[in-house]
Amino acid sequence: MSLTTGEIETKSSVPPRTKLPLTIKDFKGKAEPDWCPGCGDFGVLTAIKQALVELGVPPHQAMVISGIGCSSNLPGYISTYGMHTLHGRALSVATGAQMANHELKIIVTGGDGDGYGIGGNHFVHSMRRNVDLTYIVMNNQIYGLTTGQLSPTSAKGMKTKSTPAGSVENPINPIPLAIAAGATYVARGYTGQVKHLVELIKGGIQHRGFALIDAFSPCVTFNLENTHDFFKQRTFKLEDKKHDPTDFAAAMKYGYEWDDEIAIGLFWKRDDLPALDQLEPVLDEGGPLARRRLGIAPDVAQSLIRELM
Amino acid sequence: MAKVDLSIAIGGAAGQGIATPGDILARIFVRRGLHLNAYNAYQSIVRGGHIFLTLRTSEAPVLSFGDKLDVLIALNQDTMNRHLNLMKPGSSVLFNKDKIKPDGAATGVQLCGFSVKELAPSVRGDLVQNTIALAAVLRLIGVDFKILEDILTLQFKRKGDAVVKENVGVARAGYDYAASQLKALPITLPDTGKKLAFFEGNQALAMGGAAAGVRFYCAYPMSPSSGVLHWMARHARQLDIMVRQVEDEIGVINMAIGAAHAGCRAMCATSGGGFALMTEGLGAAAFMEIPVVCINVQRAGPATGVPTKTEQGDLWQAMGAGQGDYPRIIVAPTTIPDCFKTVPKLFNLVDKFQCPGIILSDLLLSEGRSSVDPVELDFKVSIERGEVIGLNGATPPLNGGYKRYEINDSGVSPRALPGTLGYEHVVATDDHDEDGVLISDEYTNPHKRQAMHEKRMRKMEAILPLLDAPKLWGAGDAQVTLVGWGSTEGVVQEAIQKLAAEEGIAANQLQIKWLVPLHGEAIVSTLVKSRKTIIVENNYSGQFARYLRSETGIVADGHIRKYDGEPFMPHHIVDGVKAILAGKKQYVPVHEIMV
Repeated sequence: MSLTTGEIETKSSVPPRTKLPLTIKDFKGKAEPDWCPGCGDFGVLTAIKQALVELGVPPHQAMVISGIGCSSNLPGYISTYGMHTLHGRALSVATGAQMANHELKIIVTGGDGDGYGIGGNHFVHSMRRNVDLTYIVMNNQIYGLTTGQLSPTSAKGMKTKSTPAGSVENPINPIPLAIAAGATYVARGYTGQVKHLVELIKGGIQHRGFALIDAFSPCVTFNLENTHDFFKQRTFKLEDKKHDPTDFAAAMKYGYEWDDEIAIGLFWKRDDLPALDQLEPVLDEGGPLARRRLGIAPDVAQSLIRELM
Repeated sequence: MAKVDLSIAIGGAAGQGIATPGDILARIFVRRGLHLNAYNAYQSIVRGGHIFLTLRTSEAPVLSFGDKLDVLIALNQDTMNRHLNLMKPGSSVLFNKDKIKPDGAATGVQLCGFSVKELAPSVRGDLVQNTIALAAVLRLIGVDFKILEDILTLQFKRKGDAVVKENVGVARAGYDYAASQLKALPITLPDTGKKLAFFEGNQALAMGGAAAGVRFYCAYPMSPSSGVLHWMARHARQLDIMVRQVEDEIGVINMAIGAAHAGCRAMCATSGGGFALMTEGLGAAAFMEIPVVCINVQRAGPATGVPTKTEQGDLWQAMGAGQGDYPRIIVAPTTIPDCFKTVPKLFNLVDKFQCPGIILSDLLLSEGRSSVDPVELDFKVSIERGEVIGLNGATPPLNGGYKRYEINDSGVSPRALPGTLGYEHVVATDDHDEDGVLISDEYTNPHKRQAMHEKRMRKMEAILPLLDAPKLWGAGDAQVTLVGWGSTEGVVQEAIQKLAAEEGIAANQLQIKWLVPLHGEAIVSTLVKSRKTIIVENNYSGQFARYLRSETGIVADGHIRKYDGEPFMPHHIVDGVKAILAGKKQYVPVHEIMV
């Protein structure tokens, strides 16, 4: 195809020149986290870095995209490409970025309010599209940055600044919701078990499609109910129960369990559905869209004009 | 010989098949090298209601859909009731007399009632009346039957010979009926020997995007902007454009931002309600310094408003889109072909200055149709991406780390595409330092905030000289200067011609296209010489008049405003000028056509 203008010589991907093997220091961000001491989010930050090291994803080939909230400050604390977007909009931005450059490894991070509350619409639709990204929700069941109001995952009856007499609403249960909405990798981790979380994140990054990892990340300041003690007493690993993540009914059953026993691990995984970028004929060949030459060939321009005559 | 100036209207209910005869007429006109302007008045209804398509053609450029009708095709009684009383002597009205009765026609109006039962006894269904009427009209304006026969043959070819034969037969009957029973119009449709094209404003905007190298287009369907989505979707695979329909407009703008940050030229279109949802995202694009283009095809607001009617009511919304101050470019194309040319120009600007660009179209432009000389559709546009590290493979050496938001004189810091080795950085919707680290939380620093805010905002200074200043159209020394913005250019020009020809009033025009930044000084230097300045706009509150006053101190002498959902017709502006010259401050025309 001959080109008219805007010719840009590009390579479809830049070969990694990063020193190998990678270490966790390669991912040290420009700023130190400003989370409260003891915040669960530290565990997620460590787990993401560790997962990238173990998978050998160099910093420039990863992009961490977040919304707004305590946990959404995470991109500033890791050295990859990053976008700290608007409240609730990280998945939309990430979808656009993934479509534009499907060679990037995209990790979306945020909180329960950001993802399940204000971003709920994008959450559902990103899952049904099976966008190839890994979405890690640091779920603390409270609005922390705004100093302690009800979140979509706060338990019924919970007393917060916005529900002083106790919430009368049912919370969202992200696990069955994600399975029903079409996510193809649905897991739950706990920041008190970082090694386990690293494995879940690695699985999510390696998975071709939408991976949700809901991570219990206790807020030590504003949620005095769902504490580390709360989770330590209740969580069990699905692996220990020999759960088969292709078993839909079992995945849903474990997803709904809450009171005395709470499952963590991989609930649901299916590999038979292509990711959105794999379904897009525009991406069949030619590499990432973002790196393609611009301009309309004269014969194509003529055919567009002929349609109008 | 006087130039032909012919207007044909087709009216009926939604679902009665108005678009096809309209399209056939339009194609016949432009293939003869005749200019065209068409406007379809319609309602938010899939079946029923009242649709009224006006097509106007001439050897000369057609500036608006005009003031008069030569031919009316009434497909139902409702159309007859609404429009017959507006038909002037010398005009013709075509209708199926089996079902439709004319009542109260002025003397001199030729009533052309044909009987479908007689002309097409064996054909079932109402659509046949369209074919008969179309054929009769072509006979009235001296178009050879062969032309219609060829078009019908092509159109029905895939349905088989029998269908072709039936349709051509019906058309022949209509054509012969007109030849034997009707008085032809005093014109023969000329053929200039040169072929023109025609398109809708939405197609023009989409094609402009394609020419500019848009690789990512996303939208949520919303009238009257969906035509852009439809064109993009239809051509996506041919042109390697990723087209996505998104769950809402908040998702739309943020998806476009993601694609743009990753390196694509990204565009989206919506109307006022969707634009309202996008506003926080537009601020985010400006703050992260990511170039995106967003089209707002204005319709009558607020809220759901009048979804299928036009207005220029979103100027303030665009100027105030989102919280806080941020650099943005706002442009209102002035004609349908100008829609095509504006998009690549705007993309070069937003890429260079790393900010959002907003195009204010409206229903009149976006769903109106205009002829265009194919040579004007130049796809060989210059594409300037600005300073983008990693786009062309080579990367400049890093001296002590990459500063995405480096403070410099221009305010424009080179951006690095994700995936580029060594340039890892974070872009944030929280305010940030030169290296991208937040200064909004723990590291709050008023001096840095001030410096970063000034860095972003001073980008605006360099944009203005790159925009064409508005130029006075018409005689330098006129009694009246009409100031409009965006889509009203053509109708104002036609009103000026009418004022000169029919009223002996000399008027000229200053049409504003680039709204933000505004060429205030150029406007002032023109308007200080104006003897009477009248601002014409399609809204209630005079949004542009107020903006002009705030930017330049200019207070207009009079205002012509229209906010009934329908566009201006030339005589509305003529009447307004006369009223203002007679001492009125403001004139609001009453739309005579009930559409």
